Parts: sequence; C-alpha cells; structure tokens
Amino acid sequence: MPKYGMVIDLNKCTSCQACVTACKVENNVQIVSEDDAQNGRAMFWMKMLTMEFDGDYPNIKPKTLPRNCMQCDEPSCIKVCPVRATYKRDDGIVAQIYPQCIGCRYCMANCPYTVKVFNWDREEQPKEIEKLYNPDVSVRPKGVVEKCTFCVHRLQIASEKAKAEHRELAPGDYVPACVEVCPVGAISFGDLDDRKSEVSKASRDYRAFGLLEELGTVPKVRYLNAIE
Amino acid sequence: MSYQDLHDEDEALFRPIYETSRSFYVVVIVLTAVFLFGVGCYIHQLFYGLGATGMNEPVSWAFYIVDFVFFIGISHAGTLISAILRLSKAEWRRPITRMAEVITGIVLAIGGLHPVIDLGRPDRILHLFERGRLQSPLLWDLTSVTAYFTASTIYLYVPMIPDIALLRDRGGKLQNLYRILAWGYKGTPKQKHALERAINILMVMVIPIAVSVHTIIAWIFGMTLQPGWHSTIFGPYFVVGAIYSGIAALVIVMIVFRKIFHFEDYLKEIHFKYLGTLLLVVSLLWTYFTFAEYLTTFYGHEPAEMRVFLYKFAGGYAPFFWLMVFCNFLLPVIILSNKKTKTIPGILVASIGVVLGMWLERLIIIIPTLANPRLPYPTGIYIPSVTEIGIFAAGMSAFILGFMGFSKLFPLISIWETKEGRQHSVHEVSVRLREYLPGQREESGVEASVKAEL
Repeated sequence: MPKYGMVIDLNKCTSCQACVTACKVENNVQIVSEDDAQNGRAMFWMKMLTMEFDGDYPNIKPKTLPRNCMQCDEPSCIKVCPVRATYKRDDGIVAQIYPQCIGCRYCMANCPYTVKVFNWDREEQPKEIEKLYNPDVSVRPKGVVEKCTFCVHRLQIASEKAKAEHRELAPGDYVPACVEVCPVGAISFGDLDDRKSEVSKASRDYRAFGLLEELGTVPKVRYLNAIE
Repeated sequence: MSYQDLHDEDEALFRPIYETSRSFYVVVIVLTAVFLFGVGCYIHQLFYGLGATGMNEPVSWAFYIVDFVFFIGISHAGTLISAILRLSKAEWRRPITRMAEVITGIVLAIGGLHPVIDLGRPDRILHLFERGRLQSPLLWDLTSVTAYFTASTIYLYVPMIPDIALLRDRGGKLQNLYRILAWGYKGTPKQKHALERAINILMVMVIPIAVSVHTIIAWIFGMTLQPGWHSTIFGPYFVVGAIYSGIAALVIVMIVFRKIFHFEDYLKEIHFKYLGTLLLVVSLLWTYFTFAEYLTTFYGHEPAEMRVFLYKFAGGYAPFFWLMVFCNFLLPVIILSNKKTKTIPGILVASIGVVLGMWLERLIIIIPTLANPRLPYPTGIYIPSVTEIGIFAAGMSAFILGFMGFSKLFPLISIWETKEGRQHSVHEVSVRLREYLPGQREESGVEASVKAEL
C-alpha cells in the first residue's frame, strides 16, 4: 500500500496562488458572499499563509507558505470525531464522509493547523460556476465540515483506469490539482514509502521540515525551506 | 401518626400551590414571549444554517458552547450540594435541598440541549447512537450528561414522594396526578424505611456522577492539543467552577422565592450566612485554581500559550478577563469576609456577581484559544448575533418558567423533612452531640441521659 505525501519547495514557490484557485474549482468549494468572507467565513482547502514579514516598509518582503491539509499520520481530528465522519484510509489519506458529519465542529477545534472549513450556510453560486462544477466531487450541504482530501477522487479514477488497462498504478498517474497546476513545479507528490520517488527523496532533504512537527501529528505534507 | 394532623403547621409551604397572584401571570406571559422569540431564532437557524450565528473561522465554537458549559455548571448547585449536605447530616439543609435539586433538573435539561442547538446537522443526531465512537470525548459527555439527568431527576423525585402524598390527602386540584406520583405512599414504617434507604443510596451515587459530568466537559477541551485548553487541572478546575456558580445560583433562587412566597420563617438569615461561608470558601478555591493555571502558563512562556495568555490579560479579551477577576474574586471575597456586608442583600450581590463572573470565565476559556490559532491566520472577530442572544434569553426564561411551573405543582421547601426536623432531629442531634463529648461511651447511655433531661 503506498503512503501518499507531498513536498512543497518554498524556494520555487512564487506565491502566485494558482494552487489555491485550482483547488477551489477542482473540489467545488463553495464561494461565499462578500459579507461572509469579511466575517471570516471564506472557504479554502488550499490557503496562502503569510508566515512573517521581512524588512521594513516599503521594502517589505512577506514570507508565504501554501497550506493544505497536512494529512497527518497521527491526525488529531479523527481522534475526537464522535461519528467517524473523518478517518484515515489505508493509503494514509485523511478523508471526510460528508453524509455522516453531524457538524459538531470538534475536529475544527482540535486541528492545530486550522485546516478544516465549515459550511456555515449554503449560498446560491454564480451560474457560470455551477456550470463548471466538477462531477467527480460531491457538493457539500450546509452544516458539514470539509477539507482537502489530496483530490482523492483523482486517485479513484486513476486506479480504475489502470485496472482497465491491466497494469499497476504508475507514479504520475495520480496527482492532486494543486500539483498539476503549479507553474514552477514547486509541489512534488507521490508515494513516501517508495524511497526512489522524487517526493520521498525531497522529504529527506536537509531543507525539509514539517509544520508544527513538535506536536507529534506527523504531517505527510512537508516543506523545503527557502534559502537565499 | 396520621397525615391529617400534619397539615396546619406548615400551611405557608402549601400556599404557593393553591394561590396564584396576578403578577405571576404577567411574568409568565412576558417570559413565554421571550421564550417563543428564542424558539423563532432557532427555527431561523435551522433553515438558514449556522451562518445565522456570529461564529466564523477560527472561532468555530462560541456562545452555545459557552452557555452549555455555564448551564451545566449551574446544575451542580443542586444535586451535589444537596447530597453533600445530606451526607454530612447538616441539619440546616432541610429547607434548601428541594430548591437545589429543582435547579439541577431544569438547568440540566436546558444546558443539555445546547450542544444540539450548536450542531450543524441536528437532523443527524441519531448518528451519535448508531455510529458513535466511544473514543471521542463528545460521546463521554453524552453518556455522563444523560446519566446525570436521570440520576438527578430521580433524586429530586424520590424525596418528594411524602410531600406528594400530603397533597393527595388534602384533596383539591390535580388529584389524579398526585395519586399516580405518590405511589400509594402512606407513611407506614416499612415505606419510610424504604424511602430513607433509597435516598441514602441515591445521594451517594449522585456525587460521583455529578463530579464526572463536569470533569468530562472540561476534558472536551483538555483532551485537545490547543494552547490554553490542553491542561491537566482542567477537570477539577471546572468542577470547582461549577460548584461555585451552582451555590451562587442557588442563593439567588432562594432569596427570590423567599421574597415572593414569604418563606422568611423557613429560610432564615442563618441559612444564607452558612451558604455565604460556603461560597467564600469555594471562591478562594476557584481563585487558587485560576492562579495556578495562569502562573504555570506564564512561567513556562511557550509562544503559542503566551499568545492566548496575552490575549486574555492585555489583548482583546482583557476587559472581560479583569471583569471576571472582579466578579469572581474581589467582589465575593470582600463582601463575604466582612461581617457588616455579609447580610442577605450583600450575599445576593455577591451571588449575582459570581454567576456573571462564571459565565465570563467560560467565555474566556473557550474563545481566546480558538481566536489565536498556532499558525498565523488573520484573527476573526467574534460578535454574537441576535440569534445566539435570543436563544440564550430563551434558555434563561425557560429556567424561570420551569421554576414557576414547579412552584405551582409541588412545594418548593420539603414539608416532610421540615416536620421531621422539628419532631425527631432535635432529639437526634442532642444524642449525636453528646456522643462527641468525652466521658460518654455507650450510645444507650447517652440516649437514657438525654431522655431523662427532656
């Protein structure tokens, strides 16, 4: 069984936010009204975080970091879920079961990375967006928690295709939308257990680190430190 | 001893059941209006989603959870205090226990509903039973709150049986209800013995359940990894806070009903003085816990913890924090440790302060942690919406309405226990007192000497 992971090279990342947009479209993430967005209810599975600012105004240089679900190997969210609406698959992906979620938001309160987003209400989406809905991803109703799933629907399609072609799933058959869209190739994705894969090598790089690793959550999304 | 000759002496305790003043109905109408407004707010939220609240990201738990912890805290008034006073044979408990137990029953029903109000999908509540994971503290909570509700309503009902029998024997309204609820109680020695045994078993059982309930509510927070929540003393800290707000709520209820129903002869100043002393002790205990909690956080100086700490001490929540310190520490300690101010109005002021302060304490524990996540997010500002305030107001008016309804059906002060105190306890206590003294060994000898004196 592979163990899917991701490494994001902050040296290459230009903070263009293509991954943020691609993720939002790929996963039918709800677009909220301006008021709601102002009130802190904007929904993103992939988010560009400003970690710190270097230099003084006007020569200010923000240090950013694209943050999706860390797909922890020891996830604190699934520990507290009262109904098993979030669970860890055998391949390490932390998945959500939307029809099971009761909306208690305990997982949100316990995620140290604050990655989970809640459907506070269900707003009418722009007509153009509704036409662009991805048919492979369910549209979430109001009152449930959702988050990045490493585009698990792409894995299902890729493995079915591989099965139809009577072959094993090859590396590169399955990549999440953010990886595919990144114009500078800053995100590598694949099987962490396969020591020859690009992602596995990158995760063992001397620049590699995990966000808030000290909490023991064992994140499977790792970063390569930016070095001048 | 038959029931007929028991009636006249404590007529004042029966009166509220049979006589209703006009202002009573006015209050009922006003409170029902507030309650219906709250119900309307909830229906709006049901259709619109939790977007009707002021919650956002990262403050994903707010008013409802604060109220939940607060109400369940108040519920400790009752059962725990009444059980401990019964267990320690405190004779002054007699006019207090019933009201304390009623508080528990009503508040627990209201508080227990709050997590359901807070759910994004209340229509899926049955998933908790079908697919519940016992590893989740929310399931522990569900279990302990339902156990506590069951135990405390039984503990309210069983000591009420002789009083219901009195009401049945009087005739008058609601005969059928009293006949069913009295279970054929006639006060025979066998029945009395069974009743006393049942009360003894229940009061011992109820104490660990009550402690577990608030410990587990604290663990909902304590089991997470979040700064400000992940603390080992949270269980006992919450229990102390619960007892604290419980005693204060009990004092307020007692003073209000003493005034309305003229119970001055039953609830004397001495009762309030004793409860005031209890309140003072728990106030200092609460302060000790709070001090220990924040000093260790400050001394350790972990960055994530410090962000929450400073948010409380000097940041956005500083006004609430210092108001809490005033209400929960300065005000009650100053009032209750001074003989001149330790009067019934003084104790009432202190109690109102404590109830307000304990609500603020729950607010201060829950929101600053969520508002300061570990990663640098733009911090959302949380302001409760009309819906949330409306539902809180509905909860409060349901509490008062519940109490008013109870006062029209059952006596608010246990009549048979008052009588028992008058008839047996004077003798019993003097026997007990003599046993404590040196030089008297045999119980029978004490009994004989007391009898000789009387």
